[in-house]
Amino acid sequence: MYVIIMGCGRLGAQLAQMLETDGHEVAVLDVDKYAFDHLPTEFHGQRILGDGTDQETLRRANAERADAFVAATRGDNRNALAAQVAKHVFQIERVGSVIFDPIREEVYHGLGLRTINPTKIEAQLLRESIERVEEA
Amino acid sequence: MFIVVAGAGKVGQHLGRALIADHEVLMIELDPARSEFVAEDMGSEIIMQGDACDAATMERAGMERADLVVAATGDDADNLTVCQIAKASFAVPRTVARINNPQNEALFRRLGIDATVSATTLIMSHIEQELPWRGLIPLLTLQTRGLEIVEVRVPSEAAVVGRQVRQLLLPQGSLLCLVIDADGTPRLPAPEITVHPDDILLAVTDIESEEALRTALTSSTP
Repeated sequence: MYVIIMGCGRLGAQLAQMLETDGHEVAVLDVDKYAFDHLPTEFHGQRILGDGTDQETLRRANAERADAFVAATRGDNRNALAAQVAKHVFQIERVGSVIFDPIREEVYHGLGLRTINPTKIEAQLLRESIERVEEA
Repeated sequence: MFIVVAGAGKVGQHLGRALIADHEVLMIELDPARSEFVAEDMGSEIIMQGDACDAATMERAGMERADLVVAATGDDADNLTVCQIAKASFAVPRTVARINNPQNEALFRRLGIDATVSATTLIMSHIEQELPWRGLIPLLTLQTRGLEIVEVRVPSEAAVVGRQVRQLLLPQGSLLCLVIDADGTPRLPAPEITVHPDDILLAVTDIESEEALRTALTSSTP
């Protein structure tokens, strides 16, 4: 698969490396060139400086031929916009989006986006880890 | 009507001011300093400090009884979120989004935003209509066929000046329809008609050939 990841923070960089190890072609977008420092030196994929909510930037990243797109910046609204551009303008089949606000996540999930809510997942994991300690 | 305006920057504030005469208006502004400034200027009952993209803020604003939401921030992503949440969670009947990147216009409409306002597009079309030196003025778009009717004023230094219509080399997708001379007399572009400086030419062109047509009719090099 050819996968475009928007947002090269710790999350985006980690995902990029994982997907490349799995044998996928990966391109990473970020508006901050220093964000690419999160990538390990052995990462071979494209590093594209630009705004992933902008259709020109996505075209530059060859979004027309992408099989998957992941919006993984810290901004919920930017992620939701980029995911909807990827899905509706570039017809990318698999589009995932990180949405931190649980309420916004529900809305976008209801609108047909594949959303991941780190807040809920992390809270759940933390709860489990604490309850497990108490049991021990 | 009860109108909620998201974003009380210059655009949002002036919009609020224009609407307040006939409607109940509430502006939502994220920046506390800006929010205070507007409250002092226009009264504290017209503005609320908070994140308009946040459902809890929207609830506090009484979004469920809003007749219209106008998302007027300078950020397209924020504006889209405001409108989509207003519609999905609060069943607001009508949403209007300010658009900063003109490319988002079509997408927003497709996503169910009822109306979009793009300052960039508006200003561009005014420039195109006001400034004849740009060469080619789009008059009408025939969207279903991908065609455009355009107007060109022939510059005095253009290579086409002094030529007959039959000698003009136009791009394949373009057709000359009308020649209007400096006196305002319109003529069909018969092959023997000569092109003069300041003639106005009307042509139909496919959108891809627009630039080539402009070059063919206005360029000083043949």
